[in-house]
Amino acid sequence: MPDLTPDEILRYSRHLLIPEVGLEGQRRLKAASVLVIGAGGLGSPASLYLAAAGVGRIGLVDFDVVDASNLQRQIVHGTSTLGDRKVASARKRLLDLNPAIEVEAYDEAFTSLNAMRIAYGYQVIVDASDNFPTRYLSNDLCVLTGKPNVFGAIFRFDGQASVFDASRGPCYRCLFPEPPPPGLVPTCAEGGVFGVLPGVIGAIQATETLKLLLGIGETLIGRLLLYNALDMTFETVKLKKNPHCKACGISPEITALIDYAEFCGVPSVEHPYEQEHTGQEIDPLELAERLRSSSPPKVIDVREPHELEISRIEGAVNIPLGQLAARLSELDSAQESVVLCRSGSRSARALDLLASAGFRRVKNLRGGINAWAREVDPSLRLY
Amino acid sequence: MPVIKMPSPFRSYTQDLLEVPVQGRTVAEAMNSLVVQYPTLLPHLYNSQGSLRPFVNLFLGEENIQSLQGVDTPLGEGDVLRLVPSVAGG
Repeated sequence: MPDLTPDEILRYSRHLLIPEVGLEGQRRLKAASVLVIGAGGLGSPASLYLAAAGVGRIGLVDFDVVDASNLQRQIVHGTSTLGDRKVASARKRLLDLNPAIEVEAYDEAFTSLNAMRIAYGYQVIVDASDNFPTRYLSNDLCVLTGKPNVFGAIFRFDGQASVFDASRGPCYRCLFPEPPPPGLVPTCAEGGVFGVLPGVIGAIQATETLKLLLGIGETLIGRLLLYNALDMTFETVKLKKNPHCKACGISPEITALIDYAEFCGVPSVEHPYEQEHTGQEIDPLELAERLRSSSPPKVIDVREPHELEISRIEGAVNIPLGQLAARLSELDSAQESVVLCRSGSRSARALDLLASAGFRRVKNLRGGINAWAREVDPSLRLY
Repeated sequence: MPVIKMPSPFRSYTQDLLEVPVQGRTVAEAMNSLVVQYPTLLPHLYNSQGSLRPFVNLFLGEENIQSLQGVDTPLGEGDVLRLVPSVAGG
């Protein structure tokens, strides 16, 4: 293991004082490598604390750029890096926090085509992703390569954390054999997230990662931590290995990485959802023209009622996506309709739901009400 | 009366209730009581064959009901059944 320099001994002095870490543990961290999948809400605190703790080599994977709406929770980024690639922004911040470490930036989507290459050489994988395909990919990769998968997931005020290590306990698929059908569980982009929530869960992921690297304490292997920020409760439930698990069971079916977008029934990064609905979309300017005509379409806003306080199109009927299936009787399947949400994702699902219920004359407002605000009504606020 | 503790993603279907009091002496009866009270939850929890969806887990105390007697697991007064769906946000 590498020795610590005098500067490092000073930097890590509070660690060196703890018998469970000490000089040997700190050298162990310096020799360690961790891959963090996602430089967003969870990846921000997780990577910051891993860098501060002196993990010698940290890999960051993300294909996105820093957006103003990220900064409410993605604290590794800043106003000065708006528009920058997320991995470049995060790398800059981590190296500012600790120049003694190495940070490898992978500015690409994490897919079954590159996952083995990127993860090669890292000891621990931190799943700080924000979508089901990447979570199943991260799990299967870890099962196949024998690496621990430090899991964290969030929604609104709820957080989940665990350590999945198939050699010592259950994997993610033992708990969740299949993802929810698309649209059944809202994403943070659709349902929102309390900004500090990923701070708590991401810090727990960093904690568990450091314990794994140091070989100390009781990790969350075989346990799922459930945190609720509103109730301020931390509870754990027991997880057991599923002998029939397709990834880590007695007769595993998954012996190589698969197409996770297809498995989860969602569009891939290369083929986003909206592109699948070409021909079923209407541009904001075209909708504005149609609304001025003698036979305007019915506009159905599938956002949550409180979002209408931010922006709304006059005359639109509000039926939140979650209530749409139960309220179809309020709509006329023969009438020409346009569905809208904030950015076009939820309304694309609404369009699918309406189409499967026999509505043939429905279109999705491309880009949602934010596009409407940019192209038709600049008095509306973007969010 | 047992209660079912609702996770954030499903609270919008239970009028934002954190815990829903239910009737029933087994997990199956309690879940039936839940969806009778809040029918819009039904497609989120059960597939078209009437099976609990694989992304939803039920825990009684610390134990997954699959480790107990499944949906036939008996429930007593004051028991708390916890719904744990998979969430992907990050």
